[in-house]
Amino acid sequence: MIDLTQVLLLAAMLFCISVAGIFINRKNIIILLMCIELMLLSVNMNFIAFAYFLNDIKGQIFVFFILTVAAAESAIGLAILSVLFRNRNTINVKDLDTMKG
Amino acid sequence: MTLTTELALLAPEIALLIMTSIVLVVDSLYDNPDRVLTYKLSQLALIITTGLVLLQFPEVSTHIMSGHFVSDPMSAILKIVLGLMTLIVFFYSYDYLLEHELLKGEYFILMLFAVLGMQIMISANSLLTVYLGLELLSLALYAMVAMNRTSAVATEAAMKYFVLGALASGMLLYGISMLYGVSGTLELPALATYLGAQTEANLLLVFGLVFIVVGLAFKLGAVPFHMWVPDVYQGSPTSVTLFIGTAPKIAAFAMAIRLLADGLQPLAGDWQGMLIVLAVLSMAGGNLIAISQSNIKRMLAYSTIAHVGFLMLGLISANQTGYASAMFYVIVYTLMSMGSFGMVILLGRNGHEADNLDDFKGLAERSPWFAFIMLILMFSMAGVPPFIGFWAKWFVIKEVIAAGHLWVAALAVIFSVVGAYYYLRIVKLMFFDKPVQMTAIKSSQEMRMVLSLNGLAILILGFMPGFLMTLCIEAMGF
Repeated sequence: MIDLTQVLLLAAMLFCISVAGIFINRKNIIILLMCIELMLLSVNMNFIAFAYFLNDIKGQIFVFFILTVAAAESAIGLAILSVLFRNRNTINVKDLDTMKG
Repeated sequence: MTLTTELALLAPEIALLIMTSIVLVVDSLYDNPDRVLTYKLSQLALIITTGLVLLQFPEVSTHIMSGHFVSDPMSAILKIVLGLMTLIVFFYSYDYLLEHELLKGEYFILMLFAVLGMQIMISANSLLTVYLGLELLSLALYAMVAMNRTSAVATEAAMKYFVLGALASGMLLYGISMLYGVSGTLELPALATYLGAQTEANLLLVFGLVFIVVGLAFKLGAVPFHMWVPDVYQGSPTSVTLFIGTAPKIAAFAMAIRLLADGLQPLAGDWQGMLIVLAVLSMAGGNLIAISQSNIKRMLAYSTIAHVGFLMLGLISANQTGYASAMFYVIVYTLMSMGSFGMVILLGRNGHEADNLDDFKGLAERSPWFAFIMLILMFSMAGVPPFIGFWAKWFVIKEVIAAGHLWVAALAVIFSVVGAYYYLRIVKLMFFDKPVQMTAIKSSQEMRMVLSLNGLAILILGFMPGFLMTLCIEAMGF
């Protein structure tokens, strides 16, 4: 039987991977979007685990809201990405440095 | 409570949603030249919403919608300020959008959705509504920053804003999931009751608290989570910067109050320390980096970061008067920042952005009146008496001293003196330097009038700070 700590550890690991991905990745913005998605999914994992072990439905409902928001968020992210590509002809994270100061 | 009375308390939000949908349909069906109809309808939407809030100004705090939504004096006051601020943003931005060929219906519709999100955040009474309101606001703002689709700078700013904003939401959500897991509830008052009954420290709880504070700091733009602020302020069209720099600050303040004061008050001992560090770093970082900027939008961005530091000073005393002083600060700050970005918009013309400090050179010769208004704004931002900005700083610093953090207060005073340098530099440029160009300032009568009123309000409020402060204290009394 899996207990709460194990699920929480898994979620924490996923969360760390996604944060590391956002900060370490210097190449491709699409990978950044994937990391953001993974981050939200790790939170969902947390909510479901808590909802299951607390025997409480509220956490699961929260997950539905997060899923919906995540879909809207990635839609906007991809829209910005395509506009960015049209203007700059690159989706390299390194090239996002025209503003300094 | 019956459904009808609950819906009546929700009337401002419902009205705004319906009106926004109407604007959306009207804008896409009627090809109105120059979007005049869209513009007028959006203003009407805001007036109706603000009017509805005013009509049923709550005396007590009422929890509705199964405890997810709260209607209290603080939410009513903040919603009224929010409505007025957004209305001013509309006045300032119309000509700008027309000149820069950005006049599209989306601008108004996205802004109305952002206002709806902020109203939900302000009235949030559970972790779920805080999150949903925040996302509705953020998603609208990401799209607004990218509105100038052909500008490489604007899209880059939008991308940065999007990635860091999503990261912040993720952090906040992770914290929320921890709090939910420990307490088993999403409602903020129930959370506070649960936490109040706990006697020993819980590792998960502290973990969740740290993530929540980090998420909040990201959204407020406090050092060291401020990286997005300067780029977004500089990259977006000025009318969008004007909006991002004002209204969302009110919502972010409300979110901080809802989460920290309504939900996590029993953990005040833990978050006070974190806020002190964030506040001191923000005041230092913002004021010091602002000195070296030559782009006024970027300079005002760093000034925002510094002001956020001051705003947090009000929160660290963790009592009613402290929160009231922070509320006073945020209202005053949005008024000042509104005026400053309004001036940047006023000086720009024919598709040219007046976002360099040089554009302010010799303004006193070109237009003595607006040089005077800018003088009021800059003196008020620097915290020179008798302008209202002085009182805002005065009240928060008084609270910090009352809470016993004398060294924090001393640092706050030192950094506001540092900050005075770059505000007064603009005054020097306006009054003692030769103008680079002598073209007359042309703008609509409407814009001139509202901007003048904005500047004069700062002067007049400065003579009667007690009125606004009493209002804030009453708002926090529940």
